[in-house]
Amino acid sequence: MKYRKVDQAPLTKTEKIRRRLLKKAKRKYRKFQGIRINPPYFHLSQMKFVLLALPMLIITMLPIIYIISHAFKPLAELYAYPPKIFASRLTLDNFRNLALAASQTGVPFVRYLFNSIVSTSLTIVLSLLIGSLAAYSFSFLKYKFKKPLFALNQLAIMIVPVAIAVPRFIMMSSLGLTNNMLSHIIPLLAMPVGVFLTKQFMDQVPRELYEAAKIDGANNWQIYSKVVLPLVKPALVTVMILAFQASWNNAETSSLYVNDEALKTLPYYFSTLTLGTSAIAAQGMAAVASLIIFVPNIVLFILLQKNVMNTMAYSGIK
Amino acid sequence: METRNKKRKFNDAYLFALPYFLVFFFFVVLLIFISVILSLTYYDTINFPTWVGIQNYITLFTTDSDFMQYALPTTIKYALIIGPGGYIISFFMAWVLAQISHKLRTVMAIVLYSPSLTSGVLMAVIWKVVFSGDTRGYLNYFLLNIGFINEPVQWLQDTNMIFGIMIFVGLWSSMSVGFLAMLSGILNVDKDLYEAAYVDGMKNRWQEVFYITIPSMKPQMLFGAVMAVVGTFNAAGLAVALTGSYPPPQLAGWLIVDHMNDYGFARYEMGYASAVSVVLLSMVMFFYYVSHQLFGEKKIR
Repeated sequence: MKYRKVDQAPLTKTEKIRRRLLKKAKRKYRKFQGIRINPPYFHLSQMKFVLLALPMLIITMLPIIYIISHAFKPLAELYAYPPKIFASRLTLDNFRNLALAASQTGVPFVRYLFNSIVSTSLTIVLSLLIGSLAAYSFSFLKYKFKKPLFALNQLAIMIVPVAIAVPRFIMMSSLGLTNNMLSHIIPLLAMPVGVFLTKQFMDQVPRELYEAAKIDGANNWQIYSKVVLPLVKPALVTVMILAFQASWNNAETSSLYVNDEALKTLPYYFSTLTLGTSAIAAQGMAAVASLIIFVPNIVLFILLQKNVMNTMAYSGIK
Repeated sequence: METRNKKRKFNDAYLFALPYFLVFFFFVVLLIFISVILSLTYYDTINFPTWVGIQNYITLFTTDSDFMQYALPTTIKYALIIGPGGYIISFFMAWVLAQISHKLRTVMAIVLYSPSLTSGVLMAVIWKVVFSGDTRGYLNYFLLNIGFINEPVQWLQDTNMIFGIMIFVGLWSSMSVGFLAMLSGILNVDKDLYEAAYVDGMKNRWQEVFYITIPSMKPQMLFGAVMAVVGTFNAAGLAVALTGSYPPPQLAGWLIVDHMNDYGFARYEMGYASAVSVVLLSMVMFFYYVSHQLFGEKKIR
């Protein structure tokens, strides 16, 4: 505090007033005992809530910390006794091992990575496109069977891909969607929850905008792409994150529908690592693998969480 | 002119909805029909399915002891604990977080949400080390050190423990999208409502939660419930990943999903596997019905 004061210019009058008002507001907030939802400032009284959440925070955080430190642990320390959470020395050995192990199966690690990146980005782009188109039709257009279709879609949120794996297997093979890049993408394109969230968000767009654009002679495609899409960015970002998770973490397609090793993706390759050997080196590699899967997920979420929270405000099912 | 315009608009809408519903039809709706129909047949993926009527269901419920003794009770137990349990924890955490100022809350929400960014199966590597059966396992080491146990516990081989660990892992990753929805639901409850209620004689936080918070965020509560049901499916294959053996010892932690995958993809008895999946889907629908009854908007008759 003291250092900053030395080279700080004297406060302007408006600034002084602003600060005084802020102080007053803070004092008023502290005095108010009734409602504490979404408090504007941090206050020591909130500490009890932090403490309440603390055990859960630790439980959720520890494995993540552990996996990060495990990934950088030297081999000798992986199975050291007593076990330590933090490594005493950091190495990239595990990363190197992972890259080398991959090349022994004949398919380089980079190939799995490439497949994952291609299939994930295509899944995101396509599911966003068809999902937002459908959401637009739900929110703005009128057509027969709209209501039952939306109800069906809402119901389908519950039907997780895992629960219909068996018929999907039959569907995939009868459509010839095995052993190619499309097998990674097409089954993931139907994302009921994505359509649902986008539609709910689109419902917040003022109808006047739609009417005005219509009067100005815009057709539906123009309204969709020029008016509505820019306004529902938070929802699109949220769906993007969900699509990313669905595709990037997906090991099932590779193990069921793809025989060609060169067309499989990272999570599959990693799952063979974890399930296969129990050698010490594999432990380190598996940690690196989990890290590689996990980090893009969390980075994406941290960068875009504001959009997600924004979208979730309209996520309610009635 | 009028009619032409109308017709054009009509076509338009279908074009917008078509691509999605094509995929939706082929990979969701049709699959359910296929499930139901195949469940009435014997189908080994090579020969054409032969009609067997409800034989698969009879076998499933009368002679398949793996299903009746392990998969079904384990799944019901798991769903009854993880569904409501994870849901209550999510709501409680959301409520707690809603009372903390924005920046700190954001950090905490990210930490709580982070486990559901990965699947339990992918993270099995962590749990394997934490619950490792030798003295090097973190939990064993900790418990030995504080003198709670005298010799290392075989967490992942003990059939009673495996289920407990699955519950733990399930709760660990239960704060999913539903949690975020409920958090933002609580944050968006109209503050005036609280104020008015306090004026009207509301006394404490319990009343606040039950008379104001929950009723005014019912839609989010329902979304959260749906997501909680979805989340329970993350446990598919978890027991195998944890124990490292297929099937897990004495079928501990063997869920209906695992049973279905086993018949479908290990034995290629697609008809039978479909019957299992129909049972599973009807359970999901039942939970949907229950959560709708709890939080859905009551229809006025």
